[in-house]
Amino acid sequence: MFYRENGQFKTSYRADQQILPIRQDRIALGLILLIAFVAVPMFASDYAFRAILIPFVIMALAALGVNILVGYCGQISLGSGAFMAVGAYGAYNFFARIPGMPLIPALIMGGVCATFFGILFGLPSLRVKGLYLAVATLAAQFFSDWMFLRIKWFTLDSSSGSVSVNQLQVFGFPIESAVSKYLFCLALLVVIALLAKNLVRGAIGREWMAIRDMDVAASVIGIRPMFAKLTAFAVSSFIVGVAGALWAFVYLGAWEPAAFSVDQSFRLLFMVIIGGLGSIMGSFFGAAFIVVLPIFLNQFLPLFLGLFGVEISTAGIAHAELMIFGGLIVWFLIVEPHGLAKLWSTAKQKLRLWPFPH
Amino acid sequence: MKIRHLMLAVAAVVAGASTLSTSAFAQAKEQFFPLLSYRTGPYAPNGVPWANGKQDYLKMINARDGGINGVKITFEECETGYATDRGVECYERLKTRPGVTAFDPQSTGITFALTEKAPNDKVPLITLGYGLSVAQDGMAFKWNFPLMGSYWTGADILIQHLGKKEGGLDKLKGKKITLVYHDSPFGKEPIPLVQERARMHGFDLQLLPVTAPGVDQKAAWLQVRQSRPDYVLLWGWGVMNSTALKEAQATGYPREKMYGVWWAGAEPDVKDVGEGAKGYNALALNTSGQEPKFIQDILKHVHAKGQGSGPKDEVGQVLYTRGAIISMLTVESVRRAQERFGKGKVMTGEQVRWGMENLVLDQKRLDALGLTGVMQPLSTSCADHMGSTAARVQTWNGSKWSFSSDFIQADEQILKPMIKAGADKYLADKKMTRRAGTDCQS
Repeated sequence: MFYRENGQFKTSYRADQQILPIRQDRIALGLILLIAFVAVPMFASDYAFRAILIPFVIMALAALGVNILVGYCGQISLGSGAFMAVGAYGAYNFFARIPGMPLIPALIMGGVCATFFGILFGLPSLRVKGLYLAVATLAAQFFSDWMFLRIKWFTLDSSSGSVSVNQLQVFGFPIESAVSKYLFCLALLVVIALLAKNLVRGAIGREWMAIRDMDVAASVIGIRPMFAKLTAFAVSSFIVGVAGALWAFVYLGAWEPAAFSVDQSFRLLFMVIIGGLGSIMGSFFGAAFIVVLPIFLNQFLPLFLGLFGVEISTAGIAHAELMIFGGLIVWFLIVEPHGLAKLWSTAKQKLRLWPFPH
Repeated sequence: MKIRHLMLAVAAVVAGASTLSTSAFAQAKEQFFPLLSYRTGPYAPNGVPWANGKQDYLKMINARDGGINGVKITFEECETGYATDRGVECYERLKTRPGVTAFDPQSTGITFALTEKAPNDKVPLITLGYGLSVAQDGMAFKWNFPLMGSYWTGADILIQHLGKKEGGLDKLKGKKITLVYHDSPFGKEPIPLVQERARMHGFDLQLLPVTAPGVDQKAAWLQVRQSRPDYVLLWGWGVMNSTALKEAQATGYPREKMYGVWWAGAEPDVKDVGEGAKGYNALALNTSGQEPKFIQDILKHVHAKGQGSGPKDEVGQVLYTRGAIISMLTVESVRRAQERFGKGKVMTGEQVRWGMENLVLDQKRLDALGLTGVMQPLSTSCADHMGSTAARVQTWNGSKWSFSSDFIQADEQILKPMIKAGADKYLADKKMTRRAGTDCQS
């Protein structure tokens, strides 16, 4: 009834090609941004910021990066944790070695380091495909684990191999309080998400998708596979690298290579698959699912079982959390193999017809 | 389709409500002990008794004494799985509770992350025998308390013990000592001290990292077989320890020449290996067994009532006792703080920190607490957040641990300059300054 485009006429190509052609979508997005930037900081607790919202925002950014590579260009990657690590340690080295280095350029330089690393480990994608490529990118993961554990230069000869940052600030504003950290990450996420959305809508995004759908046909119509694949690796690892730097700088504060282990790579891949391959929106859903759900289960289960007078041990909760989480993943993949983003678009489709479906 | 949407919506609403509602504050009437633990994952065999000990001691204080000077203790456990990000989440979840006391992160990685956060939140970190070695310098690390020892004191004591065995530290010259370590901050921390000792006494130091969690150590032990070191120092945790002992057995390396840190000297490490671990040595911060009075009290007031956190026969194991000691030290810090800030009141994190910094547990006090002979007396100060550096060496005889050395103190002469330099470097990196002497009164 309310969500339909009747009467919205487009009179120019510009209007027809905008990101959100339907007015209601634009209003909804404006509202979401308003809530994210204004309402959430007013009402959320310190815990919600530090333990849920900040990790969610950063992981959404990382999932966005992975989605460009896996979802849009079809190159399965298990090296996302490595790209995050390179971003984090790259940013750290720029931040700690250059006196007076501001935070944002350090983060961007971290992303640039990850870009080169990504291109380097993207080279095998020119020859191998699918699962073989996944195994090849796994090499990036093991290489980065080794590199940051054993090459002391990267950790500034820290004896324990753990590094830390503090006193972050942007344009003189300290990034110490939970709200400022959240807003900083959110602002970066919005800017990068907008850039990514425009990239995937443009010529280069179409090249990626053509390569994903059928690389032989794509090269026949004049798309250079090397260029398309390597740009996908570059853009994806830049975003993942910035997310890794944020994860280290803003969320953890002090970290070791184990923070970017192969588990992290798998989690990111799950986010993208559950959220929806080839969908910017899906990255957000996937990140929410993987980051928030375990924490939610962990806190909700004791309360829920408490209603029935059942006491459950900490270990019991941890095991139940893993079982329910695993079960939900399987369930979601069966009922909606295209991810949560597909559910979202189905819901939108239904909303258009509501309340008078055919 | 509809049901699915409905369920999604319900889940979203509940999730939102549960996260936003935690901001409600209430005046604390009870002293809250946040308990970070891991009962799952590769480190669970060691994490479980530790967590049980921490919890049972608190239950015992409530049941026997009715709390700390009448202030009831509440606690909540949070599972970290030894992962830093989950640990940070647990910390953020529990730190806002009213009456929060102190955190024992149970992991070096989590300790590093929390060291950056604790000063802002004004809650002390107690890292008994682990964590950041340079944090002994209380003038630089106001909120960290590596009570009873750090990896540096542990490594120092081990080298001293080896020196004694050889008949003098100078006899170590030309000997080969290999450090097999968990490749993480936990395993890497002792390296600077062992290197310093190697320079002083002229022994060859070989460093063999083992990738976490330490299930695969074939490469490291192949190198041990090739180089045949005189001694092996084992810096392992969890499954790495028993694996190392099995590998040593397979390699034919004598277990008598293996020395573990106090985190590699508990029952879960050797039990599975049994006879194969016979002769293996490890440091001991505390005794084990059910004889001490405070353990008896736990059995009587907690386990006899069916409220114990684990199996009864595991009460009093090495790590269980250590967990109970951690809780005891935290409780005593609260008690000490109450002496200054008001008996029978709930202490804030800042007040507990003062108590922890001015803790005096002499032999008399330990006897009164029922810990006769369990640990060495301890007294902390503004400058020294460790309180005591003594530890013993214990040997596994195939069925139980028995002590094989006297208490050894870590050498202040070596540690002091290293701690000072390390703390200064940390402060310089962070652009922070040392606490002023006047700050000690706060």
